[in-house]
Amino acid sequence: MLYSEKVMDHFQNPRNLGKMEDADGIGEVGNAKCGDIMKMYIKVENDIITDVSFNTFGCGSAIASSSMATEMIKGKPISEALELTNKAVAEALDGLPAHKMHCSVLAEEAVRTAVKDYYEKNTL
Amino acid sequence: MQIYADNAATTKIAKPVIDAMAACMEEVYGNPSSLHSEGQRAAEVLAGAREITARSLGAEPKEIIFTSGGSEADNQAIRSAALWGKKQGKIHLISTAFEHHAVLHTLEQLEREGFTVTLLPVYEDGIVRAEDVRRALREDTALVSVMFANNEIGTLQPIKEIGAVCREAGVIFHTDAVQAAGHVKIDVREMNIDMLSLSAHKFYGPKGVGALYVRKGIPLFSLIEGGAQERGKRAGTENVPGIVGMAKALSLAAEKLEENGAYEVKLRDALIEGLSGISHARLNGDRERRLPGNVNFCFEGIEGESLLLLLDAKGIEASSGSACTSGSLDPSHVLLAIGLPHEVAHGSLRLTLSPENTMEEVEYMVKEITGVVEYLRGMSPVWEDLEKGARKHVI
Repeated sequence: MLYSEKVMDHFQNPRNLGKMEDADGIGEVGNAKCGDIMKMYIKVENDIITDVSFNTFGCGSAIASSSMATEMIKGKPISEALELTNKAVAEALDGLPAHKMHCSVLAEEAVRTAVKDYYEKNTL
Repeated sequence: MQIYADNAATTKIAKPVIDAMAACMEEVYGNPSSLHSEGQRAAEVLAGAREITARSLGAEPKEIIFTSGGSEADNQAIRSAALWGKKQGKIHLISTAFEHHAVLHTLEQLEREGFTVTLLPVYEDGIVRAEDVRRALREDTALVSVMFANNEIGTLQPIKEIGAVCREAGVIFHTDAVQAAGHVKIDVREMNIDMLSLSAHKFYGPKGVGALYVRKGIPLFSLIEGGAQERGKRAGTENVPGIVGMAKALSLAAEKLEENGAYEVKLRDALIEGLSGISHARLNGDRERRLPGNVNFCFEGIEGESLLLLLDAKGIEASSGSACTSGSLDPSHVLLAIGLPHEVAHGSLRLTLSPENTMEEVEYMVKEITGVVEYLRGMSPVWEDLEKGARKHVI
């Protein structure tokens, strides 16, 4: 089997899937040319990520990494979400094949980009 | 429902082939090179298999070299023609942009060794033009290698015309017929073919065995040294049961070539028709000039690996040319060669049928693929951009 059971579970039953219409921050990373684009939406209240969702164009591990990352930052303070590493995402998925590690990197970047977008929109 | 639709990757070995191989292993264990009776029995079996293999191509038994498969046959044909050319000061090799890697990587290696390689375009329809071959020929051209049928998009090449161009110019013509042998009619004489590679497991035979046809009078060099087997052109004790299995598979294929082809075409056309109902989807490769069982589509806005995994969960086994399935960062070189942009090539799906597939399965596939494509598009930021016009539809 190429993927762990956890990857397959998150791929086949993605958590927090879908566009968020009233997001406070949106992070889009990746490149269609390379075959992966992740778009992450966050809702923030009092520096807490109260809600998060995603849409992803990509392979099974890209979808699973997005799904796992949203679960890992949901309900967490922004400061904690910014500490999320790609390694932590990959470990939470019981590992990714070596040539798929970049999917977890994209997930980490999507979270950071969404937070950055939130700050840019909320800094006067 | 469990549907195997990846017959271009490999086929399910036919029961009569298994029986022939099992009987061979039980009854003929000798080494064909041994002089004693046991060895000579094996030599006779081997000769019979060579006769059948040769006949299926319109060749002579002496023109057949058994190999470990298509890749070895391709490597030997190309290296051999290059070496022969070099002896006469010819260092130019012609092939096409969408060959199998067994051909392309061998050519790349020869380029590093000092040869010059011209790769011809294959156009949007995935068909090489014989006229392009003629124009590319030089005084120092040692070899032209053009595949018989493409392994991803199934397009059939004008082999006879290309062969005629090469014959007229006195240049060796090799064709990688791994996808075509056992599926479409091949006659090496009529089609002006000098060298041809085939592989047993692509036509319901065993894995690990193939053949190289080399026309009488064309010099051949060995890749593997160590014995006088295969007239000194391929050392190593012959894989007798595998070769017997391949010959059996070729006989079965020849018996039902037209019947099976017509049946697959019927399924193929229904599948193409059904999948054409999906918006922003496109059939890759020429609609008519393609293998009877090959369907290859691109769906905009989705990525092939996730498509394959979801289809597998629904019992449909297929393949894709996306980067994630090719093991590299680029999508299939074949899809890029027919002019597809990277982002579209990532969303490809190849379904390759066999006579074991049914119309009921085709209907199931159309229904499930339509649903999975819609689901993946629903979660795709690329599709969202395409729909709102932030990104332009290509297909």
